[in-house]
Amino acid sequence: MKTLVLVEHDNTKLNDATLPVVTAASKLGEVHLLVAGHNCGSVAEAAAKIAGVAKVHVADDPAYAHGLAENVAPLAAGLMADHDAFLAPATTSGKNIAPRVAAHLDVMQVSEILSVEGPKTFTRPIYAGNAIATVESTDAKLVITVRGTAFEKAASEGGSAAIEAVSGPGDAGISSFVGAEIAKSERPELTSAKVIVSGGRALKDAETFEAVITPLADKLGAAIGASRAAVDAGYVPNDYQVGQTGKIVAPEVYFAIGISGAIQHLAGMKDSKVIIAINKDEDAPIFQVADIGLVADLFTAVPELTAAL
Amino acid sequence: MKILVPVKRVIDYNVKPRVKADGTGVDLANVKMSMNPFDEIAVEEAIRLKEKGAATEIVAVSIGPAKAQETLRTALAMGADRAILVETDEEVEPLAVAKILKAIADEEQPGLVILGKQSISDDSNQTGQMLAALMGRPQGTFANTVEVDGDSVVVKREVDGGLQTVKLALPAIITTDLRLNEPRYASLPNIMKAKQKPLSVKTPGDYGVDIAPRLKTLKVAEPPVRQAGEKVADVAALVEKVKALGLA
Ligand SMILES: Cc1cc2nc3c(=O)[nH]c(=O)nc-3n(C[C@H](O)[C@H](O)[C@H](O)COP(=O)(O)OP(=O)(O)OC[C@H]3O[C@@H](n4cnc5c(N)ncnc54)[C@H](O)[C@@H]3O)c2cc1C
Repeated sequence: MKTLVLVEHDNTKLNDATLPVVTAASKLGEVHLLVAGHNCGSVAEAAAKIAGVAKVHVADDPAYAHGLAENVAPLAAGLMADHDAFLAPATTSGKNIAPRVAAHLDVMQVSEILSVEGPKTFTRPIYAGNAIATVESTDAKLVITVRGTAFEKAASEGGSAAIEAVSGPGDAGISSFVGAEIAKSERPELTSAKVIVSGGRALKDAETFEAVITPLADKLGAAIGASRAAVDAGYVPNDYQVGQTGKIVAPEVYFAIGISGAIQHLAGMKDSKVIIAINKDEDAPIFQVADIGLVADLFTAVPELTAAL
Repeated sequence: MKILVPVKRVIDYNVKPRVKADGTGVDLANVKMSMNPFDEIAVEEAIRLKEKGAATEIVAVSIGPAKAQETLRTALAMGADRAILVETDEEVEPLAVAKILKAIADEEQPGLVILGKQSISDDSNQTGQMLAALMGRPQGTFANTVEVDGDSVVVKREVDGGLQTVKLALPAIITTDLRLNEPRYASLPNIMKAKQKPLSVKTPGDYGVDIAPRLKTLKVAEPPVRQAGEKVADVAALVEKVKALGLA
């Protein structure tokens, strides 16, 4: 089987989210990568170095600069004439593009796989991860998104794949990129961080969240996450949301501070190795999954903890 | 401009789903069902666009069992003008749903189709994107803000690093994210009025769509259960634990 993996990147750097997808693809067959971008040569070079990759297809065109699904999906669908499976990370950009590729190919996508059980059989979470379905595709080709936390990252060095230029239909002329507000941060990225400190509704407002959560995260070199309630209330940006409908994380240590533990939140973090919860309500559901729990008022406990570390 | 809003009847988000003992699926018998929360956001957005004068008619569509009429009545009570139920007791996969919606869009010629980004049951996150591909139209997924501007729509999208803004030629497909709006509750008078609004019932066959599943579900199982750990007495004890993890 020949697979085609959509590489996630910003035209200069390859995003690590690609690496677990390479691992998943290698369980199916030969791994080819697709780098669709503009002036993205450095990404193609990095992609060729990933261990286990046989070929890198590079489509360099202004139409692909911002990963617009309307332009990238027909390109990928075209390349699928010579491939059997298309895989993308279950990131916002993978989720945006892959189903569009699937529809072009008349294939039912298998979303957010957790494991490869056979050439056409996969497990995937449904109902906020409260059930795990094992599904077998009957389509001639496969279109798959991959949950990054469920697969080891492929080594980013060690490969020497051939790089081949490809071209597609280019600009479909129905959509355009206007702008982006992407926050730059010195902190580790949420989905790849070893330690995450997350805050919930209890943090009151943006200033309090910053004053209580940030110093602890700084001490631990941690990424910062949040519950939906904290995001909705504007304490932190949208992309901090951990959960069923936000980011899926599985760090070594996850701190849930002033978070009740709704099933939608648990769906995003219950695969963390160690969960530490601080909540003043001893019956909060978060304690049912926490390895270490402290029943306390976070406004005294967190500063004390920070000071003692 | 007409807006088409597909809505799905799903398990209520407050209910903890239980896997059936025979491993064939999730037990939905006697479980509270509601409109998929992201679809409520879609209905709300359509209503706001109509209130602003950017839209003239809102058509709600559901593909599902007879009981999905309740979901459509909720959409009508919120402010949709009429509804279409494509009735079937089969589970319809996103690809087939997208094909049925494409056929309806061909008939109705909406300027916008607004869908939820995912259903909280299947968590697939694909119907809107598939519909956009089948229609050959642009998509604004995970919408945070929607602004209709002449013959295009500007969509601010919630993406991994923050926000991205795209401009799409109409007709376009939008999928909603949580921050797009806060859906209204239907008032009692509007719930009464909704009973009089037109609701037509069709079948997948009426649209010539084959809904045979492409994915065979071999098994549905409980995820590994996490055991609760221990509670520590005070911050000092927590500090010890954190240090023991090698964190400081
Ligand atoms: C469609 C849909 C999708 C959703 N997706 C997500 C998602 O992806 N991620 C997500 O997180 N949620 C999601 N939710 C929301 C989810 O259902 C909960 O509403 C949310 O997770 C609650 O956030 P919270 O725990 O911060 O707030 P709350 O549930 O209000 O909990 C606050 C907690 O703080 C504690 N507390 C208060 N004061 C203090 C104090 N001084 N010291 C210590 N503890 C204190 C309280 O005891 C309580 O346990 C979704 C909901 C829907 C309907």
